[in-house]
Amino acid sequence: MKLKTNVDADTGKQDLVITREFELPLELLFKAYEDPEIVEQWMGTKVLKLENKNHGSYQFETTAPKGDMVLKMNGVIHEFSPNKRITRTFEMENAQFGVQLEFLEFEKLTDDTSKLTMHVIYKSGAQRDQVLQLPFTQGINMAHNRLQDIVSKLK
Amino acid sequence: MQSNSSIMKTRRDIFQAIADPTRRAILTLVALQAMTPGAIADSFDSSRQTISKHIQILTECELLEQEQSGREIYYHFNPNKMKEIAEWLLPFTKLWDDRFNKLEAIMKKHKPKKTE
Repeated sequence: MKLKTNVDADTGKQDLVITREFELPLELLFKAYEDPEIVEQWMGTKVLKLENKNHGSYQFETTAPKGDMVLKMNGVIHEFSPNKRITRTFEMENAQFGVQLEFLEFEKLTDDTSKLTMHVIYKSGAQRDQVLQLPFTQGINMAHNRLQDIVSKLK
Repeated sequence: MQSNSSIMKTRRDIFQAIADPTRRAILTLVALQAMTPGAIADSFDSSRQTISKHIQILTECELLEQEQSGREIYYHFNPNKMKEIAEWLLPFTKLWDDRFNKLEAIMKKHKPKKTE
């Protein structure tokens, strides 16, 4: 299946751009970022706090489907302009990925379509590359954890 | 997350190879036509030794391939290896694509609670 999402990550740079066109009116696309209940559904995370305003903050919590690993994410919202822009930071707690700065731009294409551009900036190119490898590493980590479980039971 | 370090330690991978601007320039040149090491070096201000080191790294990473032609060695560009870079981004792109597909599906069914 062809992916509708595009990720641009130039070599040696410390940022990346994620773009996606939606078959949704701009207002509905923005609502998916604004409404905590909807955020919970598509992000697969619990929303502990979501202050949609300039100088607000947010807190998400995800429990891994298997096991008791809890992932906590948080950030501050620098700018919140409905149907236009969200500027915020993002940080995964207890991880070595540091803080990233996110510029989310929401654009109307037609009455029924819209576009999201996410410009993400990391502290360094190395940090960005580490995050980009995360979907890989997660798989590897899961295998490792599994192994650890089995090994610890042998003791 | 401990296993990260072992992954980051992997040296001489294609990402390291293309992180250097001179090596990217070499790749661009050789992608246009196969070249001898001498011809590559002549295209740069750096010393022959420096360029030769860059070529060596690119060859170790299989981005360049050697071919003996008579008494000369020619370097060819290996486009298949470049594909690995695009493939590297794929899991990350897939992750976001899945999320956004979900968002789209949810919002298509979404009925506003309050009208006006």
